[in-house]
Amino acid sequence: MKFLRDTWLVFTRQMLLVWRTPARLVIGFVQPIAYLVLFAPLLKTALAPTGAQTYADAYRVYVPGLLVVLVLLSGFFAGFGLLGELRSGVIERSRVTPVSRTALILGRAFSEVVTLMGQAVVITVVALPFGLTVHFGWLMLAYVMLALMALMACALSYAMAMLIPSPAALGPLINSVSQPLSLLSGVLLPLSLAPGWLVAIAEWNPIYWTTNGTRSLFTGNPGDVSVWAGMLIVIALAALTVTWATRMFARQVR
Amino acid sequence: MIEVKGLRKSFTLGKRRKTRTVEAVRGVDLSVAEGEIFGFLGPNGAGKTTTARILCTLLEPDGGEAVIAGADLRKDPGAVRTKVGYVPQGGTTTDEVTAREELVLQARMYGIGKAEAVERTEKALAAFELTEFADRQCRTYSGGQRRRVDIAMGIIHEPKVLFLDEPTTGLDPQSRAHLWDEVRRLRDAGMTVFLTTHYLEEADALCDRIAIIDHGEIVAIGTPTELKHGVAGDVVTVGLNGSGPRAAELLDGRDYVRKLELGEDGLRLYVDDGTTAMPQIMRVLDAGEIHFDTVELHRPSLDDVFLIKTGRSLRDK
Ligand SMILES: Nc1ncnc2c1ncn2[C@@H]1O[C@H](COP(=O)(O)OP(=O)(O)OP(=O)(O)O)[C@@H](O)[C@H]1O
Ligand SMILES: [Mg+2]
Repeated sequence: MKFLRDTWLVFTRQMLLVWRTPARLVIGFVQPIAYLVLFAPLLKTALAPTGAQTYADAYRVYVPGLLVVLVLLSGFFAGFGLLGELRSGVIERSRVTPVSRTALILGRAFSEVVTLMGQAVVITVVALPFGLTVHFGWLMLAYVMLALMALMACALSYAMAMLIPSPAALGPLINSVSQPLSLLSGVLLPLSLAPGWLVAIAEWNPIYWTTNGTRSLFTGNPGDVSVWAGMLIVIALAALTVTWATRMFARQVR
Repeated sequence: MIEVKGLRKSFTLGKRRKTRTVEAVRGVDLSVAEGEIFGFLGPNGAGKTTTARILCTLLEPDGGEAVIAGADLRKDPGAVRTKVGYVPQGGTTTDEVTAREELVLQARMYGIGKAEAVERTEKALAAFELTEFADRQCRTYSGGQRRRVDIAMGIIHEPKVLFLDEPTTGLDPQSRAHLWDEVRRLRDAGMTVFLTTHYLEEADALCDRIAIIDHGEIVAIGTPTELKHGVAGDVVTVGLNGSGPRAAELLDGRDYVRKLELGEDGLRLYVDDGTTAMPQIMRVLDAGEIHFDTVELHRPSLDDVFLIKTGRSLRDK
């Protein structure tokens, strides 16, 4: 009970900070929305070989990819925030209290996830007038998958930040993990357009499965193998990374 | 209230082959009584913050023992946490939130229920004269106001012992005097206060007892008066131009000179009674045909204590 209460305490505090610094939120929107408006119209033709006939078809393929990118890349940045807070003494101030150590990191991760999901909802809503249509139930399931991806990225980033507590060295490390993961997952264009060898490599990438799963939910194919495979993979990965990050945090800060 | 024995902590810097070990705290022993303002005086890098952080459970010591308010630091850090408050050197208020929000959060982190946290916040705001701007974001506060919020956060759970790390660094003289009054009030209400400082005046005026720390070791401990009397009854400073070494030679070993320090611009002579020693000193200098610019007689200060114990002045840095 104490653990849940403490997590809630940390979470609400972090959400308050997000709320008080709207600039950060807005910057999070600007790029995806610019992509949505300026880049997606090119897609109808590009995606024609995959069977996309209308803008609605194109957006159903493109928007989920965009959301995966948002959630992964922003999630991977969470470690920098943690480093800043470790340095500035904000976390130290909580550490002199008997507050749960796990709550300190989980509350933070949850606030990142909720913020990202808020951004994902706004982007989805903005895409509607462009012709995106999507089944409500499957959309909710896609959000669950995205939230788990955000949690995984965030926890992985926290763990890396504690492993390499220097912002200058952390940047390249995060890039070298996130670049191949997203490039080899077909986030922007589905890999069904790619040559066979590329797909063969991508099949080893967990993000490939979760991206395809999210996309299948948007396009209304909830029975696709990528949906349940992606879901299982992301649940396992989120559990693994969260355990890793909380262990490292508890060890580091005692 | 605080009993510390043989506390040690070293940090390892650098990577792989080029490692360097900094012994930040090297065997500190001290004991602080209940209801006392205990000062930890020392220059930059002396190990003040490191010691305070260890005693607040933030750092694990390499060796030694400590019991704080009856709780053993090594065996039961959780119990220590509920009994001590800590106000770090840099302060920790967040720009975007208000003093009220900060205080309620801190109280709740200590496991205090919501209604009670709000009530305590109200009291703390009043006690530290923060009510007026309690609902403004911390970014709009002055340095002194921020410091007061920091201290209010440190005592929101009514700890038995409060650690203040350089509480008045960067404050103007007026805010400093104000803060000293607050600290005295806390002591008068029964709290034990452990504060670090590198201001001689602060240690002298505010603290009931002082430990002087240098290079991770305590070099002197006692009340300010005890420490100063331990050095000498009076200090005679003679301003000399170049002939310092010769004058030192002439005066060293005289029975009225307890100790003598040769500085760049003159001599400091520690004597038991200045009124009798001064004429004798001047006679010796005259006889040696040593020309001096100034002669001053004053009471020993904490800086003299520091100078005697470490061979360096705390003031010149
Ligand atoms: N986390 C750390 N890693 C490595 N070295 C450290 C660390 N913290 C402190 N030190 C070193 O330990 C020594 C003592 O530092 P400490 O912060 O305790 O000094 P201080 O007395 O508080 O000084 P100041 O008056 O500047 O605050 C210094 O040499 C410092 O460089
Ligand atoms: Mg310090």
